[in-house]
Amino acid sequence: MSDKIPVTVLTGYLGAGKTTLLNRILSEPHGKRYAVIVNEFGDIGIDNELVVGAEEEIFEMNNGCICCTVRGDLVRIIDGLMRRKGRFDAIIVETTGLADPAPVAQTFFMDANIGRRAKLDAVVTVTDAKWLQARLKDAPEAKNQIAFADVILLNKTDLVATDELSELEARIRGINPYAKVHQTTRCDIPLSEVLARNAFDLDRIMEIEPDFLTGPDHDHEHTHDGHDHAHDHNDDHHHPGGGLKHYHDEEMQSLSLKLAAPLDPDKFFPWVQDLVQKEGPNILRCKGILSFKDDDERFVFQGVHMILDGDHQRPWQEGENRESRIVFIGRNLPQERIKAGFESCLA
Amino acid sequence: MTDSRGNIASLVERTALVSAAGTVVAAHFLGDTAILVLGEEALVLVSPDGQSRQVRIHGGAILASAADANRIITGGDDGRIVATALDGASAELGSDSKRRWIDHVATGPRQSVAWSAGRQATVRSPISEERVFEAPSTVGGLAFAPKGLRLAIAHYNGATLWFPGAQAAPETLAWKGSHLGVAFSPDGRFLVTTMQEPALHGWRLSDGQNLRMSGYGARVRSLDWSAGGKWLATSGAPQLVLWPFASKDGPMGKMPRMCAPAQAPAETVACHPKQEVVAVGYGDGLVLLVRIDDGAEILAREPSGAPVTALAWNSQGTRLAFGGEDGGAGIVNLG
Repeated sequence: MSDKIPVTVLTGYLGAGKTTLLNRILSEPHGKRYAVIVNEFGDIGIDNELVVGAEEEIFEMNNGCICCTVRGDLVRIIDGLMRRKGRFDAIIVETTGLADPAPVAQTFFMDANIGRRAKLDAVVTVTDAKWLQARLKDAPEAKNQIAFADVILLNKTDLVATDELSELEARIRGINPYAKVHQTTRCDIPLSEVLARNAFDLDRIMEIEPDFLTGPDHDHEHTHDGHDHAHDHNDDHHHPGGGLKHYHDEEMQSLSLKLAAPLDPDKFFPWVQDLVQKEGPNILRCKGILSFKDDDERFVFQGVHMILDGDHQRPWQEGENRESRIVFIGRNLPQERIKAGFESCLA
Repeated sequence: MTDSRGNIASLVERTALVSAAGTVVAAHFLGDTAILVLGEEALVLVSPDGQSRQVRIHGGAILASAADANRIITGGDDGRIVATALDGASAELGSDSKRRWIDHVATGPRQSVAWSAGRQATVRSPISEERVFEAPSTVGGLAFAPKGLRLAIAHYNGATLWFPGAQAAPETLAWKGSHLGVAFSPDGRFLVTTMQEPALHGWRLSDGQNLRMSGYGARVRSLDWSAGGKWLATSGAPQLVLWPFASKDGPMGKMPRMCAPAQAPAETVACHPKQEVVAVGYGDGLVLLVRIDDGAEILAREPSGAPVTALAWNSQGTRLAFGGEDGGAGIVNLG
């Protein structure tokens, strides 16, 4: 598996600083060679023979599912790049400011030919601290880009006040508590925080307890249990406690569930398939580590909208806590129903 | 992973092995000389006596190749279209003014050549001036019709038939989805595309009737018509899948014939030019010759571990060239 070429997807609204970050990646000495797929060709100040201009072509899959889309240009370009695979160590895909990250991510799951040779390393989203608040209100793409991210740069922090920054960070966490957020001014961050993250390595993600933001007054088993459904969501609200404000985005939520007892795969797979078939358009991402009965290997899965991809990862280790955890990030998730469904998968 | 075929007839001892310097992405024959197209920069010419030599023709990846009787046409990420002759001499046929990748090439009647870069397809022919067609999306594949100067261009949501030498408006065959490879049946009655989904789509050209061919486990990346055109052989499943095209309705309402099941998916297929026999290259390196009539198999190469990415017959059907992702290649001499 490790010989798959890692792919970093760089998203972010127009002017947030993607090109600054890209130019740093291409110019700084780090011993790695990158093939870069860009949209605005002229902005790259580096003469690199493996910079490829792409036109974003979103292709619907002909399977009756409107959220099953792939980036047709990526299918073609990555296939071509792979003919020169000895010449680079990793691929960076820059998307346009308005891009929905889903088709890019889905390309790696839907196209077996690409999935066999390349893997999504991380979705990195660059945001503009000065304008993020406004974009979250008027641009659904901006919210999608945050919801999808594994790493978020809250950039241009010199343009806003400190208290505004912590509010912005809390707002980001309200949408996506699993991403790693960095505050930067000119994307000044060690590149190791952005590249080769293996952020799709689920261990890292699952170790993050989203609960830590919610303060002591919340149930630690089920993050959003008991405080989400009775509320009026016309306005963002926050809970004091735990040092950081905790925002609930009015439409985008995350849900983290865990079960200590093993699951029955014959119950789990039909349930999760059915769930993503029905709720796929609203589920932006899901991930999980599962413990099945009579199975000494960890099963890991992840998904984008209706597409799920999973496999046995490795044997459970001696003394390791064999619990099952799943995480969903999406819009208007039917949290109670998902929770009840997951619990019904116990062996 | 190995595939134990038991005691089937074998051609392994009649194979001259070639070790190419990189992934072999396609194979062709000029006469009895096999041409292995590498993923980067070069062709390997293997003469009938087994001598091989490498010629460098592109400054980067070779993205597409096709052959006519005298030349190998290649397109590269250096934006160039190159013609290489049997003696290894190459000439630039054209280049993209913006140095875009040349994604596809095709050869047609009377030395016609087509290529595409992004959405733009270009045809050059001795019987017509150079003509350019702008497809509605990136070109997924190109194929010349067996007769006349007519080009099929696959793209998103269908394929377009274009007479580059005539004023007639191009005709679009619509079908939702992303169409990648494209091929005419040898009698010109059908057009078939490979899709981004694990499926083929086809049209009967007389009336535009749609043909859907699905059920694959993976995207179909290789297809070829049997000698006589009665069958369409395809990759995309852990066996050879053959669609019947002999009747006027083609495969409409019919099941495909399936032969030569294996442990790895069929990656590449090439039909014998004279007999109803198909060479099939699998994901584990296995190469089999399969007789369509009864599914009888002959072993051409034991599994090597690396996917077979190229197969080609010479025009007499006496030599079969194969090449793999790991550069392992060979010429089987059946003569």
